[in-house]
Amino acid sequence: LLRCFGCVLRVVVLLEGEPLAVNVDLQTDATLQVDISDALSERDKVKFTVHTKSTLPNFKQNEFSVVRQHEEFIWLHDSFVENEEYAGYIIPPAPPRPDFDASREKLQKLGEGEGSMTKEEFTKMKQELEAEYLAIFKKTVAMHEVFLCRVAAHPVLRKDMNFHVFLEYNQDLSVRGKNKREKMEDFFKNVVKSADGVLVAGVKDVDDFFEHEKTFLLEYHNRVKDASSKSDRMIRSHKNAADDINRIASTLYTLGTQDSTDVCKFFLKVSELFEKTRKIEARVAADEDLKLADLLKYYLRESQAAKDLLYRRGRALVDYENANKALDKARAKNKDVLQAETSQQVCCQKFEKISESAKQELIDFKTRRVAAFRKNLVELAELELKHAKGNLQLLQSCVGVLKGDT
Amino acid sequence: MQLEEEVEDKFELNISITNPEKVGEFHYISPFSTTLPMFRSKTFTVRRRFSDFLGLYEKLSDKHTPNGYIVPPPPEKSIMGMTKVKVGKEDNSSAEFVERRRAALERYLQRVVFHPSLLQDPDVREFLERDDMPRAHNTQALSGAGFLKMINRATDSLSKMTIKMNESDVWFEEKLQEVEAEDQQLRKLHIMVDSLVGHRKELSVNTGGFAKSVAMLGSSEDNTALSRALSQLAEVEDKMEQLHQEQAASDSFCFAELLADYIRLLGSVRASFDQRMKTWQRWQDAQNMLQKKRETEAKLLWANKPDKLQQAKDDITEWEAKVTQYERDFDRVSATVRKEVLRFEKEKACDFKKQIIKYLESLLQSQQQLIKYWEAFLPEAKAIA
Repeated sequence: LLRCFGCVLRVVVLLEGEPLAVNVDLQTDATLQVDISDALSERDKVKFTVHTKSTLPNFKQNEFSVVRQHEEFIWLHDSFVENEEYAGYIIPPAPPRPDFDASREKLQKLGEGEGSMTKEEFTKMKQELEAEYLAIFKKTVAMHEVFLCRVAAHPVLRKDMNFHVFLEYNQDLSVRGKNKREKMEDFFKNVVKSADGVLVAGVKDVDDFFEHEKTFLLEYHNRVKDASSKSDRMIRSHKNAADDINRIASTLYTLGTQDSTDVCKFFLKVSELFEKTRKIEARVAADEDLKLADLLKYYLRESQAAKDLLYRRGRALVDYENANKALDKARAKNKDVLQAETSQQVCCQKFEKISESAKQELIDFKTRRVAAFRKNLVELAELELKHAKGNLQLLQSCVGVLKGDT
Repeated sequence: MQLEEEVEDKFELNISITNPEKVGEFHYISPFSTTLPMFRSKTFTVRRRFSDFLGLYEKLSDKHTPNGYIVPPPPEKSIMGMTKVKVGKEDNSSAEFVERRRAALERYLQRVVFHPSLLQDPDVREFLERDDMPRAHNTQALSGAGFLKMINRATDSLSKMTIKMNESDVWFEEKLQEVEAEDQQLRKLHIMVDSLVGHRKELSVNTGGFAKSVAMLGSSEDNTALSRALSQLAEVEDKMEQLHQEQAASDSFCFAELLADYIRLLGSVRASFDQRMKTWQRWQDAQNMLQKKRETEAKLLWANKPDKLQQAKDDITEWEAKVTQYERDFDRVSATVRKEVLRFEKEKACDFKKQIIKYLESLLQSQQQLIKYWEAFLPEAKAIA
């Protein structure tokens, strides 16, 4: 079972017709349009087909596609983070690693339990697991796509060389599996960063705008994190309840087929009803996942990226202040003054450049966030209503029929 | 048969069991109102302990089960009930447990009085009318585990017997198989419904947690319209928490309890089949005994022992009478079992339909509430700018 499943699962995402950039409201620009037109799930890796349409002169053709894997997205993201030139921008958060472990485990369990259930039950559960796998797959495609779209929409990042290489170079980028030393370095970098983060957060900012943003982001990030995990838990329970209704429907069906008495016909009708309502319940859970849970997860990552920006600005401020102190000392001793002056100039420029772009980035972030929440909350409410009305109609017509029969 | 149906249509007998009050043990108050002439007055109220209900069952079962009647069983003493699955925090004093027991006792009593034969039983009348009941002792056997043990023992001996019995009427064999298959499915279904109740309770709790979290998020959001929308969302989720809680209660009281009742009742049905087997066995044993007595007589005639011969002849007469009697008993019990099963099936069909429709209507109302909440929220979400 595992073999037949872990093999090729192809999804042509465009055919769905669903708006893909669900979490970010982005204007599409004719000069550069990026999307993921196809995706392939193969054993333990996913291959994304990145499709580009561009009128920019930098590219050899107007329309082209390459195949990329998750690690190559991470490489691109990290190259932005490490680039000093981009210190003043919110770096679009990296897409999370495609994770099919849970799904694969369930499939394994199903295969093991095949003997203990009826053929109908087995087929049903297999279909459900396949649907779940597909949903996870679609999500990971959407998240990788959103990352690319954000980069393409950013006035500065879209011009990045690495980005163009990522889009165009149709050979392997050979960035998979960073070597061990690099991994260790990364680890230490993060440790230092968090320690620094604490330090910098403690320094009160002269600029009211940034001081407010810092306080706001720290609190907001924590609360989004909490909301995200609570929404996951809620949706998990919802899925479990829908699964129970599914099993109840099956057992009612078995009861209904034991005879052809009135009561058995009754059971069959109720079983049919529950089959339909639980499909709707499962859809409700899935939509809540997409519109609510994913939204919160995305803004968890974005707010972290915004925090990182503030951190970088904070670091630049600290460097600037240190350079000032060094300059004062140099002037006092009248030693290496020119050197100190140059150093101070550089720090000042860096700090001012970051501050300027950071301000705009944070304002844009707010606009994007409000728009995304609006879109998703409206869609969530509309979907909840649609499903509730669907359920209501099913229940009303069934109760009507059952009452009429007695 | 005709007459009984007429009587059923004509009389009125309304029983309900209201809130228990804790006086040492729980006492249940059962207000009745009736048009039946056999009762002293038209409306009356009595108080009973839980053990009184068990005592009533014991008396009725002792008298009527051997005759093939399906005597409705009372609810279990233990909290665990049928599925041995503890659904959330429950103890003897929890409001949910108290209500569950009250409703189960009410249904039990209603089933007893709506059984045309049991209603005539003086013990039932005494139970309904008498002001003070003497404490029923030795209801230990009827605690949940005890009752189930009794049923299991009955079915064990039953399965041993079915191999031997020459079933002249295939109806009984088929019926028993149906009952056993149904029992299996109902038990399965009950476990699943219990699981649903558990998950809905979880959903309720998690929705509440989420609601609080969204409220917090809303209060730290610095865009005014979005902040308000988020706090509205928190309110919707709060209401959903309540809705899920109510739905879980409905799952439990309407659906799970119905299944539990019928699992117990099927146990009583199997007990009546078992009784029929016992009467058959007794008849067979008497026939064997008669045969032995005849052989004894023959031997005595052959051995020419005239003094013992009279005894042998008396024995034969005695056992001939017994054989006739036991055969009649077997026929009578078979007829009763058959009639009881048909009545039971009719009642079951009616019960299931009524209860499940009630359950579906509660689901319906939930959806209507849901729609109201989200409809109120939608303009708030659209107002975000």
